Amino acid sequence: MKKALALILCVCMALSLAACGGGSSASGSKTVTIGVFEPASGDNGAGGKQETLGVQYANSVQPTVDIGGETYNVVVKYVDNESSNDKASSAAAELVNAGCSVVLGSYGSGVSIAGGPTFENAGIPVVGITCTNPAVTEGNSYYFRICFLDPFQGTVLANYAFNKLGVTKAYCLNKLGDDYSGGLVNYFIEAFEKLGGECVHEEFPDGNSDFTSYVANAKAAGCGVFFSPVSTEAAQLIIDQAVAQGVTFPLLAGDTWDSNVILQAAQGKNVNITVTTFYPEGADAAFDTNIKAWINGDATNKANNGGDDTVAAVTAMGYDAYFFALAAMQKAGSTDPAKIMEALWSTEYTGVTGPIALDQTNGDAIRNTAYVKQVDTASGSWIALDPVTIG
Amino acid sequence: MQFLQTPLPYLLAGISVGGQYALIAIGYTMVYGILRLINFAHGDVFMVAGMFMVFLSASLPLGLAIPLVLVITVLLGFLIERAAYKPLRDAPRMSVMISAIGVSYLLQNCALYFTGGLAKVFPQIPWISDTVEVFGAVTKRVTLITPVLTVALVIALVLFIRHTKIGMAMRAVAKDFETSRLMGIKVNSVISATFIIGSFLAAVGSLLYFTNYASVTPTSGGMPGLKCFVAAVFGGIGSIPGAVIGAFIIGICENIIKGMGWTTFSDAFTFALLIVILLVKPTGLFGEKATDKV
Repeated sequence: MKKALALILCVCMALSLAACGGGSSASGSKTVTIGVFEPASGDNGAGGKQETLGVQYANSVQPTVDIGGETYNVVVKYVDNESSNDKASSAAAELVNAGCSVVLGSYGSGVSIAGGPTFENAGIPVVGITCTNPAVTEGNSYYFRICFLDPFQGTVLANYAFNKLGVTKAYCLNKLGDDYSGGLVNYFIEAFEKLGGECVHEEFPDGNSDFTSYVANAKAAGCGVFFSPVSTEAAQLIIDQAVAQGVTFPLLAGDTWDSNVILQAAQGKNVNITVTTFYPEGADAAFDTNIKAWINGDATNKANNGGDDTVAAVTAMGYDAYFFALAAMQKAGSTDPAKIMEALWSTEYTGVTGPIALDQTNGDAIRNTAYVKQVDTASGSWIALDPVTIG
Repeated sequence: MQFLQTPLPYLLAGISVGGQYALIAIGYTMVYGILRLINFAHGDVFMVAGMFMVFLSASLPLGLAIPLVLVITVLLGFLIERAAYKPLRDAPRMSVMISAIGVSYLLQNCALYFTGGLAKVFPQIPWISDTVEVFGAVTKRVTLITPVLTVALVIALVLFIRHTKIGMAMRAVAKDFETSRLMGIKVNSVISATFIIGSFLAAVGSLLYFTNYASVTPTSGGMPGLKCFVAAVFGGIGSIPGAVIGAFIIGICENIIKGMGWTTFSDAFTFALLIVILLVKPTGLFGEKATDKV
């Protein structure tokens, strides 16, 4: 009886494995594979899904590309890096094995830094979409990026806090060992102290969901602003706790908080949230209308976008990244990763988030404008403030 | 050093989270007391209760969803025991433990599948998630309710174990598994009752915990589960009052450490405490003397 049961279980497992293996199909025309290296679960799952949506939408708009006079079908290969630095390199290896010509991603600097060497060794160029930590592209000639960097974003936020909000003492909170929030907080502190301000800096460990004491610390220290550019998952809890403790200071964050997760968490509550981001909804009306229709047309897309049709900046960035990669392929005139890598240095493209061109040292985007948004808690939507341009 | 100036918010947070840890820690300690098994799936049962609440409250009114969550969680605890532990009753203790780890991962991955890996916002339960002010410290009402409810439940549990027939059977099985079996105690139903009580308390704990920290992810059970296990060992595993006191100590210390400005070390502290306790007093605060019958 027991043996029979064990046998049946084994057979079930073997069958389910076999079912996984049988998904490939062959088509007649030529194809080129673009890898999407994004988190779909873990801390940054919500953001990663929205960024992936941008790529999916772009792929539905432009499913083919003409390279050297031939039309290629674009196959997009998605992997989940689980927002985890340990899983990043195996997810990257999966894309390398799939024979990608170019890879897009990731949301979250930590996984990008962790996955970078795998792509570099395989000689596959990667276009970073919204990984803002400088270390992503430094020393890795295969990693490019189309967004602004944290030293810039940190300076913008510090200037906003010091000059616009008129605050001289800031509370900074980041996740321990997280490259993105740790980096951005450091650049913020650097810039804020240069302006003459004072910072209280604290870190929370992985897996923490009790932010009571951090909010209480900020209150007790008499800080005028709470700067915490952490994942949206932690952000929900911080907002909730800030509301529960009735804080009066504004919450300030970077591009991660530009998400409808934040809008949903803050709706109908008495809280002031300001973020800097890559793209303000409404900047390109045609793009917004079309992508909204596309998101609303499919239940899965809508769920991946957090249940409504707000256009996140990362979605717009994902859209631009896809077209930027196609432009690089066309410039290279080949699907060979090495040729695309050479072409990327000089590729220029004007997307919905503005013109994209890369510098010649690290392959970072030359961008000097950050958009500032504030949550309208009554309606649960973003109010665009004046964009900030430096340099 | 904010703690020294305004200790109240930290103490409140500590007592509240301590109470929630206590409810989970009881589940660990009772199962260990009876089966000598560390039920690694317990933290995930706690998480799954949170998930049930998220999904049920989306379609049902809260008055119906809350009792239903309690019932389903109890059923889940019962089923886990029947399916994953009972067939291994006579197997080496290590096999049961591995089975428990398997259940833990199974629950996490099921949650991952059903949520798509995204954090779910826990529903606001009216009244208990309202904001209140206590001596100048602003907090949610649940912070105040938790310790009271925890103590009340613990007292009820202790009375139950002292004064009912099944409670007596539990004590007997905890004392000597084999002999009580020979004496005609239905060991299986006693064990089921243990799991039912443990899961019920975990479900209550989950309602309170997630009302305060309103986001449920597939790994939400991990850290609280580990800390509650530490609390159970700290208080002397097998002892209910020990687990409760251990949980309160860990919850309060953790928040004081954060209030002192050493936020980076708040978790490290919990586990350092475990090591120190095990070195100094291997049986924990209220632990029985080692009576391993070889």
